[in-house]
Amino acid sequence: MIRSIHEQLKNGEVTATGLAEAYLSRIAERDGELGAYLTVLGEQALASARIVDGKIARGEDIGLLEGIPCAIKDNMCRTGTRTTAGSKILDGYIAPYDATAVSRLLEAGSVVLGKTNLDEFAMGSSTESSAYRQTRNPIDPERVPGGSSGGSAAAVAADLAVFALGSDTGGSIRQPASFCGVVGLKPTYGRVSRYGLIAMASSLDQIGPFAKSVEDAAIVLSEIYGYDPADVTTAESDGKRFEDFLSGDIRGLRIGIPKEYLSEDLDPRVRSVFETAVERFRSLGAEVREISLPHAKYALPVYYIIMPSEVSSNLARFDGIRYGMSVDDGSDRFKESDSLLETYLDSRAYGFGPEVKRRVMLGTYALSAGYYDAYYKKAQRVRSLIRRDFSEAFRDVDLVFSPTSPEPAFRFGAKGDDPLKMYLSDVYTVTANLAGIPAVSFPMGTVTEDGKELPLGGQLMAKWFDEETMLRAADAYERASAGER
Amino acid sequence: MLSTDEVKRIALLARIGLTDAEIERYRKDLSSVLDFFRELEALDLSDGADEEGVPVKENDTREDRAEPFGSVGRDDIMKNVPSVKDGYVKVRSVF
Repeated sequence: MIRSIHEQLKNGEVTATGLAEAYLSRIAERDGELGAYLTVLGEQALASARIVDGKIARGEDIGLLEGIPCAIKDNMCRTGTRTTAGSKILDGYIAPYDATAVSRLLEAGSVVLGKTNLDEFAMGSSTESSAYRQTRNPIDPERVPGGSSGGSAAAVAADLAVFALGSDTGGSIRQPASFCGVVGLKPTYGRVSRYGLIAMASSLDQIGPFAKSVEDAAIVLSEIYGYDPADVTTAESDGKRFEDFLSGDIRGLRIGIPKEYLSEDLDPRVRSVFETAVERFRSLGAEVREISLPHAKYALPVYYIIMPSEVSSNLARFDGIRYGMSVDDGSDRFKESDSLLETYLDSRAYGFGPEVKRRVMLGTYALSAGYYDAYYKKAQRVRSLIRRDFSEAFRDVDLVFSPTSPEPAFRFGAKGDDPLKMYLSDVYTVTANLAGIPAVSFPMGTVTEDGKELPLGGQLMAKWFDEETMLRAADAYERASAGER
Repeated sequence: MLSTDEVKRIALLARIGLTDAEIERYRKDLSSVLDFFRELEALDLSDGADEEGVPVKENDTREDRAEPFGSVGRDDIMKNVPSVKDGYVKVRSVF
């Protein structure tokens, strides 16, 4: 899609301004119901589009992303615009700087249409915990778009942006991509700078793209990755343009299926779609074999110890003093505090929603004296075993393949008040974050529920910094599916 | 199940004010998640499991030079401060 728009821009069939206007009017028309965006940046978008049109008019060359309209998850900073992270505690926060991933998109000439909805501080799997609005799944408006990057996924699926950025701490790009029928890519930890991403769990967070095709996701990754002095975990660029690897040829590629992922209680409809997908990889010439990830079953408890521990530390900065909501803002909305402790307690009581409070307290408990060894320390040790499982698996196979999520998009409120039910939605995705490896979700097939065809994503995971192999396989699958339709 | 006092202690450490109804709710929620962690108890870690996180490179170093407010700028930072007096961030007295 990006390539064809790029060609149309170059040969004058469309203008960047016309394109931005078309997307903005679709947003105006549809987003009231859909709820993908929290902030629409109409004037800014048109201003950047006019710059691109000026370059084209002067006969200058333009890059692949120049003039391409996109959306940014609202936990990434954009100078001078409201950045909420889906939380009341950041209502009214105006970011004073750009996240590196955002500034790289802007330098590449992409047109930012707005900021998208998310679960509060990216904590959730349905976007229901956003303090601002509900986002509907464009495939079936009675269902959630997934989360936490539900707004970005819905925006791309409903053509309210050509591509979008999301962040993925335990599946927050891949699961909504699966639910909305688009491609979602979580790069290797350290591929993309986290500077300007409002931190959730710093050893797990990673920014990545949503797109309509594997090639588009590859193009976006090529523009945003690489070393950033402001994020010490970023790796030097290896000069790759990921879209150059999409040959369509996966003959001889070794794909492993973890036997631990296909337990008896897996939804038989998901299993059947997955098995058909395995056959498709075989028919494309891949060598599919069973592998074992013996510690996979510990991934969820390990994740739900490490992530809240890091959350409790990262969210300590929201103290009602330096920025964001405060009971001491001088307004008559709140009772002014009598002490510093009360400023903290009351500002955080008002500002944070229930899931955020739950995770901050869980992490505080796991890190507290007397429990640290039993929880956090033990979880870190098991994490190293999970990583070792993958190192060993990747001696025998090039990629690991699984469903992205154990189910298709669920209905609003389906997970009720039981936090564990929601957490189980992440069972296939958290391992990639714990191990730091890249993973991509791509449309694998559909299941029919209540007369609706609901998309299901397939997940390919690859060795550290080997996004190209994973994208090549997902692209080959996408081509084969297109050929079938 | 966590006791009411335990939840109060955690909430105070976490600097989150809770109502009595919330304390009851989180007693239940936190306890069910902590039970879920039990799965790790049986795991034998004698096989050389270490604690290292994701392998990342050593720290980068930079010149130790003061850069007041860096590229961001004082005004844009101060715009977000909820309570300001004479150009400074205003905080309740600690004692």
